[in-house]
Amino acid sequence: MAEVAGRRIVIFNLGGEFFALADRCPHQGGPLSAGPVMGEIRSDCPGQYRYHRPGEILRCPWHAWEFDIRTGRSVCDPRRVKTGSYPARLASGAELALQAETFPVRVEESYVVVEI
Amino acid sequence: MNAPTPRARLAPGRPAAATLGLIDVDIHPRLASWSDLHPWLSAEHRMRLAVYGTRPRHGYVKGPPYHKAQPLACRRDAWPPGGGTPASDPDFLRAQHLDHFGIDIGILNPLSQGQGERNNAFSAALCHATNEWQLAHWVARDPRLRASVTIPYEDPQASAAEIRLRGGDARFAHVLMMSRTAQPAGHPHYWPIYEAAAEVGLPVAFHAFGYSGHTMTNAGWPSYYIEEVSEHATSCQNLLTSLIVEGVFVRFPSLRVVLIECGFAWLPSLGWRLDALWPTLRDEVPHLAELPSETIRRHVWVSTQPIEEPDRPEQLVEIMGWIGWDRILYASDYPHWDFDDPRFAIPAYLGEERRAAIYGGNARALYGW
Repeated sequence: MAEVAGRRIVIFNLGGEFFALADRCPHQGGPLSAGPVMGEIRSDCPGQYRYHRPGEILRCPWHAWEFDIRTGRSVCDPRRVKTGSYPARLASGAELALQAETFPVRVEESYVVVEI
Repeated sequence: MNAPTPRARLAPGRPAAATLGLIDVDIHPRLASWSDLHPWLSAEHRMRLAVYGTRPRHGYVKGPPYHKAQPLACRRDAWPPGGGTPASDPDFLRAQHLDHFGIDIGILNPLSQGQGERNNAFSAALCHATNEWQLAHWVARDPRLRASVTIPYEDPQASAAEIRLRGGDARFAHVLMMSRTAQPAGHPHYWPIYEAAAEVGLPVAFHAFGYSGHTMTNAGWPSYYIEEVSEHATSCQNLLTSLIVEGVFVRFPSLRVVLIECGFAWLPSLGWRLDALWPTLRDEVPHLAELPSETIRRHVWVSTQPIEEPDRPEQLVEIMGWIGWDRILYASDYPHWDFDDPRFAIPAYLGEERRAAIYGGNARALYGW
């Protein structure tokens, strides 16, 4: 979970691939971050089931609508129903020119001293 | 009803259109433990509860016959952080539901706390204790909450006594029954309930679910939960047809019925069907003096959760117009998984005036708040 520019965003790591979805179900606004990550149960005919894409489906904690973490699209109605999704990737701090606030640190005997 | 407090007006989830108040007719409080009822149970019933527990009218020893969509059929974010099950902690219910949405009045409808229990005397004791528990555990802690008179409806005489005991107590909003009764709901067997409710002026609310001892379809037990939840549209038609045709509203003309969690898009269709049959079959039921649809319009209120969600808004508007814009009440079903957020469940395309009536105006008129 991250909050960026006032938007709550849920970030997923699927085996090293990163995906970011809005923390809001397009149905009634349920907080998707409170929902379980599961697979998708598929069937080719009644009575035959297979568990498909474990770990790649997010369910809303309210009405249990299912969303594809990779696309943000609804499993039931992918054409019309989609939660907000954002491109996500790993980037090095150097690439982003990120500079965290730093403080001088030194070791004195057995203590680590941080000066603020 | 008191004007909404400034706190309610500022609640983040309160719809701006709720100008006549925001009244939720369907909140489900839950016991943290059955022992919460001990203060109001006799030693004999406490022992019965501990040794035998409750026995609902279906074929399974424990739990409901169908697994629900979510654990305990609840929103996954409704489990209190301090522990316990959803809607068992008054502080968390207050924060997550009443305060967040700015609800002015919320009606408690406890489920599975003695109604439909096979032992009538035990059912009566549990329902009475549940009513006391609602007052002590919930209503006394938050003046926005109202209780339901839960009744052992398979024992109509005991039910009538419980209703008369609560009559005149403004902390109770309505009498609560389940939609699946052991006999058709309009059967004279149940008339003592309707007589007492009409006498004390409380509406009778039928909440979908409960178990009757009969299979829930004419062809036996269905296979899936999705069949159980969509079955309400058919069983509630039977319920309402029975109330009308048996003459309950002729015998008790002041009786008001609220259908909760039953859906309502089926209601015009039922009215049309009964109206079409009545001229031919009137002499079979000569006690009926008017078109069944007129009886429905005068005696029946519906609630919004679940509200049907057609792709074309005008279809829903037509249906709601047939039922009556003054007959539709907002319901959240908190904390269950099919909970409805008031901002999104009552579509903006209905218009401000109709939304205001659904959010609060209609409930105020029905319940006299």
